[in-house]
Amino acid sequence: MTSAPPITRAPGPPGEILPEFAGAVRPDRARWVDSSGVRLAVYEWGEPDGRPILAVHGGFDFAGTFDLLASLLAEHGWRFVAFDARGHGDSEHAALYSWGADLRDALAVLDTLGPEPVVVLGHSKGGGVVLELADALPYRLSHLINFDGLPSKNSAPDLTDHERRRWRKAEIEGWLDHRATADTVVRKPDTLDGLARRRHKLNPRLPFDWIRYLVTIGGRHDEDGWRWKIDPALRPGGFGPWRPEWSMERLPGIGVPVLGVLGLELEQMSWFTRPADVVPNLPPGAQFVPLEGVGHFLHIEQPRLVADLVLDFLGTP
Amino acid sequence: MTIETVSLVHNQVRLALHRLRDGRDARTRPLLVLHGLGERAPDAAPAYLDPWPGPIWGLDFTGHGQSTVPSGGGYTAEILMADAYIALAHLGPSTVVGRGIGAYVGVLLAGARPEVVRGVLLTDGPGLVGGGIRPASPYVARPEVSSGAPDALALFELSRDPRPPDYVLDFVRPLMQESQLEAPIVVASVNRPEWLAAVVAEPGVVETSIADGLALLARQG
Repeated sequence: MTSAPPITRAPGPPGEILPEFAGAVRPDRARWVDSSGVRLAVYEWGEPDGRPILAVHGGFDFAGTFDLLASLLAEHGWRFVAFDARGHGDSEHAALYSWGADLRDALAVLDTLGPEPVVVLGHSKGGGVVLELADALPYRLSHLINFDGLPSKNSAPDLTDHERRRWRKAEIEGWLDHRATADTVVRKPDTLDGLARRRHKLNPRLPFDWIRYLVTIGGRHDEDGWRWKIDPALRPGGFGPWRPEWSMERLPGIGVPVLGVLGLELEQMSWFTRPADVVPNLPPGAQFVPLEGVGHFLHIEQPRLVADLVLDFLGTP
Repeated sequence: MTIETVSLVHNQVRLALHRLRDGRDARTRPLLVLHGLGERAPDAAPAYLDPWPGPIWGLDFTGHGQSTVPSGGGYTAEILMADAYIALAHLGPSTVVGRGIGAYVGVLLAGARPEVVRGVLLTDGPGLVGGGIRPASPYVARPEVSSGAPDALALFELSRDPRPPDYVLDFVRPLMQESQLEAPIVVASVNRPEWLAAVVAEPGVVETSIADGLALLARQG
């Protein structure tokens, strides 16, 4: 084990020039945090004695997806702290993954930031995690910021019971077969551009050069090519008894100041939540900002705009 | 003492599958016992399973018995379902008897992979209730790193997992409509938490004693 997670980007094959992306800034520091025996990679931007913002990324992302936003907040005195979820980025591949484990991992990182209540920010699935953290541990948060992470009833696909069962059965069959061979699965290698093209299909609104940049953080170069570091045992989608509206139900009771930002341009990875789903659930005094012409990855599409929203909401550290 | 223990691989976990008893009738398929939450496979076939004429096997779920206790928790009933599926991939089509959470896991797997579950018998045991039909007030556990089985994180997480009846029925209804078995699901438990009450209410689900249920399941092909 290295003494700290890597901050510098993954080296490619000899002669390959790593792509740059304007405005992207790698973290100032990195460290490991142990969560019940699972090693998590934690990254920080800004002064080490600054007031912390703990950021939780979305599913199949990693802390490096905050490379555009973090420095914009750090230059105003905030200490921006993000971590790779278990199995993602440079964090350890765990035997098991669950919503409860993600909450416990977030708390393990929060515990390293001192006893004072902390600003907590979550994007997408990370938004659901911070909503539940705020409900479970209200005394640990000073503010809650949610970027397009407000699952609602509209997030569930509109299917008949029969269709849903058939779809679910096929999904579960595929998942069980995957689990039975998960120990031997390896991610498919590709060129840097090839890996970026595959990812770009999931994130079509994001600049292709941004995805190429991400490959050099969330990916690594082996002898046979580039591949994502994420645990191949993880699969997108998934199934289980969880209902998207269970996350939204946490929102009305949040007692700390809330900023919710929703991208109105729907795309494959959106929750399909609309402002009308959110507004009735906002707690007193909450700020809610729907963004026209912006998609699910709003802090990547519009980092300056989103940073200004956060800075206005939080004030000075 | 178990006759034989087979080690199976489920991602980073090694599962212990124990042969508890040989069959009196070589033509009868195996019976796989799924234990309750915090339990382990018994050392020998318990007397209440005597009516089963075939061989009897017991699986230690992840974090239980002789199976690996992984770091960091993350347990779900669906992961235990995959444990059981991997055991059945080794044994071939089998009948399943589940205690407590093993009953819940057994009925999910019977619905998901009916070609390998030739009838499931649901009985009382630890973890039968789970966390109710929707999440309770959230609580983030920070137990000490476990020193052995059963894993404290398994006990915590699997006693809180929500079990909405309509989720369970997504597994049960196609099974009941499409199965060629006389009795795909047999319920012998005294306790009927909401998910199980919903299962029992489905047409074709049989309610009977453990002994009669085993006899019924042994008769069907």
